[in-house]
This record gives sequence, C-alpha cells and structure tokens, in this order.
Amino acid sequence: MIEIQGVTKSYGGNTVVDRVSLTLPAGGLTSIIGPNGAGKSTLLSIVSRLMPMDTGKVLVDGLDVSRTAGDVLARRLSIMRQDNHVTARLSVLDLVAFGRYPYSKGRLTAADAEHIDRSIAYLGLEPYRNRFLDELSGGQRQRAFIAMVLCQDTDYMLFDEPLNNLDIKHAVETMKLLRRLADDFAKTVVVVLHDINFASAYSDRIVAMQGGRLAFEGPPEEMIVPARLRAIFDVDCHVHAVGEKRLVNYFE
Amino acid sequence: MQADVKRTALSTILLASAALAFVSMVAFMTIGAKGSWSFLLSFRGTKLLGMVLVAYAIAVSTVLFQTISGNRILTPSIIGFDAMYTLLQTIMVFFLGAAGASSIDPRLQFLVEMAVMVGLSLLLFRALFSGASRSLHLLMLVGVILGGLFRSLSSFLQRILDPNAFVVLQDRLFASFNSIDANLLGIAAVATFAATFVLWRLSPAFDVLSLGRETAIGLGVDHQRVVTLLLVLIAVLVSVSTALVGPVTFFGLLVAGLAWQLTPTASHRFVLPVAVSIAIATLVGGQVILERLFAFNTALSIVIEFFGGLVFIFLLVRGSAR
Repeated sequence: MIEIQGVTKSYGGNTVVDRVSLTLPAGGLTSIIGPNGAGKSTLLSIVSRLMPMDTGKVLVDGLDVSRTAGDVLARRLSIMRQDNHVTARLSVLDLVAFGRYPYSKGRLTAADAEHIDRSIAYLGLEPYRNRFLDELSGGQRQRAFIAMVLCQDTDYMLFDEPLNNLDIKHAVETMKLLRRLADDFAKTVVVVLHDINFASAYSDRIVAMQGGRLAFEGPPEEMIVPARLRAIFDVDCHVHAVGEKRLVNYFE
Repeated sequence: MQADVKRTALSTILLASAALAFVSMVAFMTIGAKGSWSFLLSFRGTKLLGMVLVAYAIAVSTVLFQTISGNRILTPSIIGFDAMYTLLQTIMVFFLGAAGASSIDPRLQFLVEMAVMVGLSLLLFRALFSGASRSLHLLMLVGVILGGLFRSLSSFLQRILDPNAFVVLQDRLFASFNSIDANLLGIAAVATFAATFVLWRLSPAFDVLSLGRETAIGLGVDHQRVVTLLLVLIAVLVSVSTALVGPVTFFGLLVAGLAWQLTPTASHRFVLPVAVSIAIATLVGGQVILERLFAFNTALSIVIEFFGGLVFIFLLVRGSAR
C-alpha cells in the first residue's frame, strides 16, 4: 500500500503539488491522468524519493520513503522516468543488468542472469541484446528501460508516461505487459498516462489531478464520464461503450 | 558470440595498456643506466614513483569526475581546480615571503593545501550538485568564472610581488616532472592509498552513477552521500598530483577520453585500470623519450600535449564518423 499524506511541493512560490493525500492499495493498475502541469510527474517523483517534498509524508508498505535506506526501498519500489538520457555507452544487456543492482551490487549471480534474460525476452529485445542504446530507435530504447525496471522485480512499479515515443503496436503491448504485471505477478503498477483511452481500457483505478491537487479518483466506470472529463481536462467529449470498454471521443 | 568478441577485445585492450605501462616503466629504469644500482634505484625510483602517483591520481580523478557530472568533456581542472591551487601557492608566497614559504615543511604545506582544496571544492560542488537547479551548464559556468577569478587574483598578487619571491613562485607553479619533491612522496602515497581504499568500497556504485542521478537513486544508491564522498576523494587526488608536479590541464582529459574510447564497455572495472595504464604509459614513456631522445631539451608537458592533442582530435573525428 502506498500512502500519500498531505504532500506539498513548490518551486519559488509556484505550488506544483498541493496537499495531496491519496492511498493506493496494493495490487492492480492505477493510472494518473490530468492536463499538462497538473503535478502528475512531480507526485510520482516524490513517491519514488527522486525529489524531496516540502511537507507531508509518503509511506510504501509502512516505510517512510524519505527515511528508509535507498537500497531497501529499491527492492520494494522501482520507477521509470520520462527522459532517460545516459552518457555512458551501454548495450541493452548492460542496461537491463543494472536492474539487479539493488540485490547484487554489481556482482551478478546465476539467479540475476535468469531475471535479466527473462526481462529481455518479455520485451522482445533478444535481437538487440548486444546493441548499444544509441543504435536503437526511440521505442526500442524505451522498451530497454522498461526491461530494466522489470528486472528490478519490485512489488511497486511506477512508470512516468511509458507510452512516449511508442507506436500503436508497442504502446498496446506495453500496456498489456503492465496489465500482466498486475494480474499474473501481483505487482502494484502506477502509470502516468496522457491518453485517456489507454487509461480507460487498462486501469483498475484512475486518479485525476488538476492544478497540483487531487481532483477525482475512482474506477474507470466512474471516472470516464463526460462531466468528469470536462472538469478535469476542460474538453467536451462523448463516451462510447464498446463491449466492456469505455472509449472517449474528444475530437469533436 | 558477440559477447565473446567483446570480452576478447576487452582483455586485449586491458593487457595491451598494462603492458605498455610496464614497458615504459622498465625502459625508464634501465635505458642508459650506468653506475651502481643502489644510486639508480633511489634516483630514478623516486622519480618513477612520483610519476606513477601523478598518473594514477589524474586518471582516476578525471574519470570519476566525468562520471558524476555525466559529461565527458569536464575535468577537475576545467572547473578551476588548478587555478585554486595556483591561488593558494601565490597567497602563501605573498604573505610569507619567499624564504618563509620555503622554510615551511613541505609535508605540512601539502596537508594544509589539501585540506583547503577539499573544503573549497566541497563548498562549491555541494552547492551546485545538490541545489534545487542541478544544472550542468550552471556548474560549468560557475567553475569557469571562479577559475577566472582565481587566476586574476593570482596574477594580481604576482604583479605586486617582490621579484625574488616571484621567481620562487614561478618555479613552484611550472608543471615539472623532473623536480618531483621526494619529501612529499611518502605523504602523497599515503593520501593516495587512503583515497583508493575508500574508492574501492564505493566502487560498486560507479557504474550506476553514470546512469544519472534519478536512475541511480531509483536503484538504491544514496546519491548525495556517494557523490559528496567522491568529490572529497577527487579533491584529495587532485591535490596529490598538483602538489607533486604542479597543474597539468590537458592530461586528464586526454587520458580519460582515450580510456572511454578504447574500452568497449562503459564499466568502471575496465575503464579505470585502462585509464591509469594509459596515464602511466604516457607520463613515464614521455619522460623516457624526453630524456633519451631530446636530451632534456623540451618539457614533458609539451610532448604530452602535442601527441595527446593529435590523438584526441583523431578519436573525436573517428567517433563522430561512426
């Protein structure tokens, strides 16, 4: 369980995250949606202790993220960020192997090698195993970073806009993969998403933020309704039920 | 298959650079050796030890500095480390006079300088690395400007310095591999060993640090603590090299650049030894060429910067074409 208690973060008088309190139960896939500048990524960075908060507290399974030792937390919670720029010349294999660092501190065991192989296979990266990251396309690189997080094998996995740079095929595959992580491996997955249709189709829970505050939260059936979407995004839209999924048409 | 090729390339480059370093050390000790070995050992041995220490300190400090700054063009000297050293020396000669500065035990002087360098660099880099806006460009700009400030302060003090004291100062400030102070070797070696011991304990985190701050924290590295410690150790190593031979600007960049380019992996387990070997081969080999080929007619720093510059440009051009 991730408990976010009264978290506030501001930059020079500009409050980016404003007294957000939120509890994410263990298991399932939660999407965080909201317009640009709503504080979604900042909140995710605070939860994953990449960024200190001004006030408030975040507990992951009862562990205070700002007090717990880094490596203890790194075996509980992992994060994939939006911009992943690496100066070092790394191959896909090197990068994915870093996911085992919290466990083996750089000395890979046979069990680690198994995790690495499985993660690479899971993301269909075998043909690029020994390729350098700068020789890959944006989507392939994105998947290599997802493979690294997968390899870290934590109970809680946070993804900051993982669908950036991905074409439709890979975006859908990535969301299905995240879904499988939640369903088959009982992971708790939290994803910041821009496309509400992806959020609608794959989430168990949707959290909407606006202007740094928590606007709404609930299951997709409650969240994907025109009135709420209008309140969140300031856009008129129609919601269509197609089978069990609810699709949003915001083009008119 | 591909992994095997890579491993072979790795061991080749490791062995080749180590062999090169070894050959240059042997050449330095034996070529043109006449007279008793006890004299040769103490005379050339001291010089060799000094050069090896300097090579090690510069190679390691530059590679690690580039790792934590996530940039392959920055070196401690570009950020103004050597200017800081120059200023310290100038201040010392200015306030104590030539005789006063020379009468201080060089070991005490070394310790004081090292402490001041560590303190100042901590202050500067802590502010820049852990502040709200961790901008590399800000770090570079502040470093360059502070370097300029230190240099102008030094040259101002040098202008109003008594000419005799100025000669003494100038002698101290020229990078010279011929006049390594034997008194300092012992304490410099101790400082280097101590720094190496701590580095060894931290070494598993080096590769993770090169992924950048956020990813490193995500993987459980206590980024602030490790980076602060590394900055202290870098300041110690820079103090060792500058105290022994004076500021050498281009050398670290050359050695680290070559090591990153030649090593087919970014793993510090390989890059660091290769960088140290290249540094030893360049320094000691360069000294052999200088002493035997040019009969001391030129300065080693000129030889290094000439060939180093050529190699570096070559690597840059080839790297961008690939």
